[in-house]
Amino acid sequence: MRAMIVKEFRELRRDKRTLAMLIAMPLLLLVIFGYAANFQVLTVKAAVVGPQATEFAASLPSSFFDVSVIKPSDNQGDAKQLLQDNKVDVALVTGQKPVVALVDGSNLFASQATVSVLNKAGDKVSSQIMYNPELKTSWVMVPAIIGLILTFIGTIVTSIGLVRERETGTLEQLAVMPIKPSTVILGKISPYFLVASIDMIIITALGMLLFGVPFNGNLFVFAFGAGLFLFVVLGLGVFISTISQTSGQAIQTAFMFLLPQILLSGMIFPLDAMAAGVRWIGYLLPLTYFTMISQGVMLRGASLASLWLPFLMLTIMAVVVFTGATLRFRRDLAPGRRRHHVTAVSEPAAGPTGIEARSGL
Amino acid sequence: MTYAVRSATVRFGDTLALDDVSLEVEPGSVVAVVGGDGAGKTTLLRSLVGKVQLEQGQVEAPSSQQIGYLPATAGSWPSLTVAQNMDFVGGIYGLSGQALVSRRDELLGRASLLNAADRLASQLSGGMRRKLGFSMAMLHDPPLLVLDEPSTGVDPVSRVDLWRLVSEAAAAGAAVVMSTTYLDEAERAASLLALDGGRMLASGTLQDVLASFEGAIASTAIPHRGEWAWRRGRGYHEFWSTAAEIPLDGAAVIPDLEDVVIALSLLRGRHRELAS
Repeated sequence: MRAMIVKEFRELRRDKRTLAMLIAMPLLLLVIFGYAANFQVLTVKAAVVGPQATEFAASLPSSFFDVSVIKPSDNQGDAKQLLQDNKVDVALVTGQKPVVALVDGSNLFASQATVSVLNKAGDKVSSQIMYNPELKTSWVMVPAIIGLILTFIGTIVTSIGLVRERETGTLEQLAVMPIKPSTVILGKISPYFLVASIDMIIITALGMLLFGVPFNGNLFVFAFGAGLFLFVVLGLGVFISTISQTSGQAIQTAFMFLLPQILLSGMIFPLDAMAAGVRWIGYLLPLTYFTMISQGVMLRGASLASLWLPFLMLTIMAVVVFTGATLRFRRDLAPGRRRHHVTAVSEPAAGPTGIEARSGL
Repeated sequence: MTYAVRSATVRFGDTLALDDVSLEVEPGSVVAVVGGDGAGKTTLLRSLVGKVQLEQGQVEAPSSQQIGYLPATAGSWPSLTVAQNMDFVGGIYGLSGQALVSRRDELLGRASLLNAADRLASQLSGGMRRKLGFSMAMLHDPPLLVLDEPSTGVDPVSRVDLWRLVSEAAAAGAAVVMSTTYLDEAERAASLLALDGGRMLASGTLQDVLASFEGAIASTAIPHRGEWAWRRGRGYHEFWSTAAEIPLDGAAVIPDLEDVVIALSLLRGRHRELAS
């Protein structure tokens, strides 16, 4: 018994990843849930348009409404555009009685809080919930879950697929074959890209069929966003495979990447309600931006131009993550080329290739 | 065309994996690299195929298109069938259509694997898996064939099969370099290289290696100096610097490759101790 316990502790001491999960994960969860697990939205971004915009904006409780746009010359159409572009959570249109409050229902918790506050104003304000009139949770969750499924396939499944090559020793064989590392990577991830794309189509269609989630935007904008996001998560999968020796390690590491995405991407807890200290972590996660795109396109019918920020962020992440992961994978596949300066002299096809290296060269 | 690793030095961090090691192989011949665990066999073979970069030295090898390599690990994709493994490798080397099918069936036939063509590699026995790995390495008919311990963990019958395949490859003109822990296999090779701790113990033909051995080996029931003796059969063999030193209860024997490699390893170990 004692020998077994000692052996287990010795093994655990050398298993840094499990040790990190045992020690760091509870601390991380405590901090995240403590600061991020908050459904209560305390302020919303608001716009006031119409002839009495200035006066009406001044009458709004500033503790709740963060009025960023006051445009007396704008009308209801302009107000809707502001909502569609996700510039504000609520747009109040003056010049009629009662004042019309257009609320963005795709931002579930903000809209619930806004409606609750506006109801206190009685018949002075008439609330009109856009994009998710019945404030259905499923309408907001389904677009986010599409991203979660892509993340799952991209990180866990891809990393396991690549690590398996290392586990079985076939990565070493590939390294000796006349095949470029980039070809190996592309050949490995293309099937996952395809499978993830099919999964995405099925989940989107099922979400629409079962939960009545609308698809108000442009299909190509959605597909473009999903493709970019897939590149990021596939890159994460390749990266995880380069820091894992076994499938178990890959799964462990992938979950470390997956858990913050579930908790901090705004999928469950609204980003606006999180403490600033943890909110910035959310802004570093790719799922945050995909959720902005999927919810924006599916619910609000947002255009590519209005989604420029999440598209830009995903593009930067795709380039950084994929390049970094590919370089690390190349290093695994061709270690000799990384560590040393090699002078390779190619000779005629039938002849030998001389590879010479001298210390210090 | 001679393929070679000349005066190779390889270092992994603080560990000197190869120290001034040379190897040469001619087309149509088999060179065996022998040595115990950690001797540097795999590092030397990987250097030859360009997977390990040398700190010093030179490699003369064909391009990767002309190298067949069987790693010490599986050597095949477990979730593909025998035929699919062959087809995948064929695709990498630009083989397709009837040319691929003919070559694949010819090699699988020679390796007695044709009946197992539709079986998953993971369902093959150890010997069959190594024969599949060998066939995959041979598929594109490479002029240089590098085999890392092809027969380790393989049953005696499959070892015989593997040796037949290796001999056939050499007879067809391939330059074959193979590492092994079995000295009887090394004795069958055209030349051999014995490694210990990353250094060359001996090299050349079997006759060269045996002839260049300096010292005497005695057969004895009870060794006089345990650190210089090793078990052979029911008794021991013991190393002595000269035949004159052999005690009366010992009988001088003509050393074979096993005696020579063990004696040279012991001598090298003693030199290392003295040096430190």
